[in-house]
Order: sequence, then structure tokens, then C-alpha cells
Amino acid sequence: MAEQFKLVLKNADSPGYTPDMECYLKHGGYQALRKALATAPRDLPDGKKLSPQEVIRDDVKASGLRGRGGAGFSAGLKWSFVDRRSGKPIYLICNADESEPGTFKDRQILHKDPHQLIEGMVISCWANDVKLAYIYIRGEMPHGARILNQALREARAKGFLGKNILGVGYDLEIHVHRGAGAYICGEETGLIESLEGKRAYPRIKPPYFPAVLGLYMCPTIVNNVETLAAVKHIVEMGPVNYAKLGTPNNTGTRLVSLSGDVQKPGYFEIEVGKVTLGQLINDANFGGGLKPGRTLKAVIPGGSSSKVLKAGEVFKLKRKGADGQMTTVDVPLLDLPYDFDSLQAAGSMSGSGAIIVLDDSRSMVETLANLSEFYAHESCGQCTPCREGALWLAKGTHRLSHGEGRKVDAEYLLHIAQNIQGRTICAFGEAAAWPVLSFVKKFREEFEAHGAAAEAARKNSTSAGTHQH
Amino acid sequence: MAFSVPASLEAELDELTTHYPVKRSASLMYLHALQEHFGFISPEAIAWTARKLDLQPINVYELVTFYPMFRQEPLGKTQIKVCRTLSCALAGSGALRDHYCKKLGLDPHKHVPQTTPDGKYTVEFVECLADCGNAPVVMVNDDLRGKVSLAEADRVLTQ
Repeated sequence: MAEQFKLVLKNADSPGYTPDMECYLKHGGYQALRKALATAPRDLPDGKKLSPQEVIRDDVKASGLRGRGGAGFSAGLKWSFVDRRSGKPIYLICNADESEPGTFKDRQILHKDPHQLIEGMVISCWANDVKLAYIYIRGEMPHGARILNQALREARAKGFLGKNILGVGYDLEIHVHRGAGAYICGEETGLIESLEGKRAYPRIKPPYFPAVLGLYMCPTIVNNVETLAAVKHIVEMGPVNYAKLGTPNNTGTRLVSLSGDVQKPGYFEIEVGKVTLGQLINDANFGGGLKPGRTLKAVIPGGSSSKVLKAGEVFKLKRKGADGQMTTVDVPLLDLPYDFDSLQAAGSMSGSGAIIVLDDSRSMVETLANLSEFYAHESCGQCTPCREGALWLAKGTHRLSHGEGRKVDAEYLLHIAQNIQGRTICAFGEAAAWPVLSFVKKFREEFEAHGAAAEAARKNSTSAGTHQH
Repeated sequence: MAFSVPASLEAELDELTTHYPVKRSASLMYLHALQEHFGFISPEAIAWTARKLDLQPINVYELVTFYPMFRQEPLGKTQIKVCRTLSCALAGSGALRDHYCKKLGLDPHKHVPQTTPDGKYTVEFVECLADCGNAPVVMVNDDLRGKVSLAEADRVLTQ
């Protein structure tokens, strides 16, 4: 039977654990920071010498850690893009704007184990010569902001933060910055604009890659809460041991948020790729299966923006055989290992690690109408295809789900979605379009039946009306 | 009554301003603090923030109209935010919202915040509150409540 593997949430979920400094220190807190600050320079085989900071950066790259916010991009590679020759200050921002529908994992770290995040941040800041960093937390998490502020005060008092950290001559300040209810602030350039005190309009890339032109037009690193917490563990256990967790190219552990039609919704920590989608949904250790008498209809595998997967789908995945040759194997939906690469090969993504399960009692039309309304509400309004298109998608799905649609609406929705994706400044366009494209393509008959039924009902009422006259 | 920010709050905000190399960055934190104190963001609060941060009032006003958490009119004493998004909708948040609206005489078809005439309650349908494992989720002022049944929803109104 598949098991959870608690690394990031090991302490947070142990009985009696509290978010204060004393408890964190009792559980070995800030030892990884001491270890990082004492890192020795490293001689490379080619005669080059790495500074202690470069060693940590190299270790994070070697650990294989991939961003836990949604894109799954190599954290070490992201750090390596930072422009270190500009002479400008380098900033680090922790993205704690957890708002992808279905996701509730960063909340666990922020509220239960804030010092773990802070320790990961101090190490990451030191390794990247950052002197000023921010935690951008969702406005709807006022308690989280208070807990973080308290933890930061404790860290300053103990000399883990502030001037001359642990006597090594390194200065760092971290501040909490609260968002105010806009989903788009989770997009890193939108977040940066918001932190500058503006509307969170994402910036166009190029030229505004945060690693070069980020906060105040300075080089900036934006990392997710879970990613920064993982850095602490990479330092603690070493990159080689960290990379032994999970599967090749999908290393470490990951927090998975499970919601929707399962018996036991909740969050779980797993070794990436060691647990399948089916185990997450059905095992007693995880979701505990569907509700009695229900069968699976669909799975949204990586947050609401990810493409829906239909029950019974079989995917072609490349696997390395015993002879070392790559072969293509058929993998049914529920046997998909929950990792970045498998979900991508299945045409979707593991995104923010949020799985929403839909059983056979659900209407895909209503479900999509709910999601499309979200995107219509959250479009920042900067790009016309998204501002207008997201609203049209919401209107189209709304009328279909309210018995006012037409059979051609399925085609109409696809047409609009195709004209949003790839035509916007940020990935929100794709986020709004992908659910529509996947829902309508995979459940087309359901959408057309809704439209056709509404047309027939209108025709009947019109002809009934004629007879009365 | 003339608009006046207490000295202690102003001192707190002056300290907050030092967290940023550029003053304008403090705007959102100012608006949060002023909304917490006054209950909403008035034109005077916008002008005051602009003056403090060397901005034009429009620079602050455009934030108030962009970020959903900021209000331009007073809300009820108890603010009830019912999550509308998918996981909560699957768990029956629509019925919860309708229940509140019916009990309090509000229009269940409106998504914008609605306040009872006596100023006691504001009900709003909001987007994902990031606690989907506990769906349906309701936020009552600063507190999040999960797995909210209709009976639990009623308890919010009697407390």
C-alpha cells in the first residue's frame, strides 16, 4: 500500500507541535541555517572554485528541486538566471499568495510551521546575496500574516534574521506583505507589480524576466512557499539524499491537496511519482475512495487551470525498459504516477499539486460554468482576448448550464478559448482556456446534449404558444 | 466627523513605510490598516494615503477598485464570505449562500457584498479561500470555518 512520506510537514503534523520559536528549536530548527553558513568553498575537477554561496546554489540545482507553485521549473536553474553583475540589489519574494482553486498546501506550512519557511528563506537569501526579502501572503489569510510576523520577530530576537546573522556578518530583513484578494497576484510579475503598490498587471516577457528586471527593475527571485521550505531540507540532508526521494527528474516530496468527490479530502505529502493518481483517490491512506455507489467521471489533476482527465483514458508514456531502451507503454488514468512529467505526458499538468475529483453525479457543463466564472472574475483586464474572452466563456457556459444554450455553443466555446490561449501577456489566458478546451473536447456529447435539449424546449414552448392563439 | 487617523496608527504606518525602498509599495498595507480601522476606504482615506506616500489620489483609488478585498462603503458588523469556487460548490456552498440570503432577506442572485438594513451582517460570495479540503468553507470576519453545515451556518448568526 502506498504511504505518505512526511518531510516538509513532518513536524507540523506531529501532535503538540506549535508554530513558535521554542518548539522549532526543540525540533532541530535553524541547524540547517548554521550548516549553510558554515559551508566550505568547493574545488571543482576543472580547477574552478565555488564560493560557499555558489555551493548552496549548486546543491539546489543538483537536488533536482522543481518549483512547487505550478510551473514545475527547476529551482536551481531559476536561481542561475539571476543577473549578478548588474550592481543592483537582488530581491527574493516568497509567493504565499496561494489561490489556485483546489490548492490548500502552503497554508499548512504558513500556519503550522512558519519558522521552517523562514529558515529556508534565510538560506536561499544568503545563497543569492539577497539583503531584503518579502513574503507576499494572500489577503484572505490574516491569521497567517500575524503568525509570520510573530515568527519573524522571534527570528530577529534570536539573531537568525536582521543585522549580522549568527555573527557571520550577513544582514537580511524579511517583511510580510499582504495581498488583497486578486488571484492574478500569484503570477510572479503580477505579484511584483502588486508589491510595488500598483494594480497586479503582469509584465510582458521579454524583457521583464524577474531574474533580470523584477522588483523595482532589479534582479528578483520569486519562489513558492513549499519550494523555499524544501531548500532547508536539501541543505540538511544534502542534495544527493534529497534527490533519492521521489523519482528521477521528479525528486523530493510534494504536498498534494485533494478535494471534491472523495471520502476523505485533505492534504498529503508524498514522494513525487511514488504514488499514483488512483492511490491518491482510492487508498485508505489517502482519499479513501469515492462516495458509496458512485463511479469516477473525471479528475482535474493540478489545480483548476489544468486540463481535465476523463475516467477510463489511457495515456502513452515513455518508459525506460530493463534493457535501457525507451519504450512506449499504455498507462490508464488511475495508474499515472503523480509527478510533473507523467501528468505532462498525459496532456495535462500536476500544477500546484491540487487534485479535484468528480464523480458520475456531476454535470461537466455546470462544473465548467463554475470554473469559467472564476476566470471571468479574476482576469486582470489588461489583455483584450482574456478580459473579453473569459467573460464570454462564463456567459456561454452559464447559459448552457441554465437551459438557455444552443447545440453550437460547444463549438463556440472552443472557438473563444482557442482565441485566448497564446494571445495574452501572462499564462492566465491559458489557465482560462485550458479547462474549456479539455472539458468540451472530452465531454462534447454532454455539452451538445445540453444545448440541444434547450433548443428543443424553446421550440416546444414556441409552438405551444402558437397553438394558443 | 472629520477624517482623522489616530497618532498610534499613523506611527504604525510610518514604520511600515520603512519596510520598502520605494514608498508606493506600502499602499496595500496602508489600505488594509485604514480599512481595519474605519471599516471601509473613504475618499478621505485615499487622499490621506496618497499624501503620505507622495502619490496622486488616482494611484490609490485604482488599487481600491482593482483589489476585491477593499470596500468603498461600510459593511456589516459580521462579514460572511461564502466560497463560490469549485470544491466548495461541489460540497454545497451555493445552498449555504442561499440559506444566508433567505434568512437575512438578501438577494441570492447578487454576488456583490450585500448588507442587512440594520448593518449587522454582510454576505458575499467570494472566490477560492484555499481550504478546499474542508469544503464548504465560510470566512466569518477573520476566521475560517470548514465543513459548514446549515446548522453551523445558523450558529454564525446567533453568536
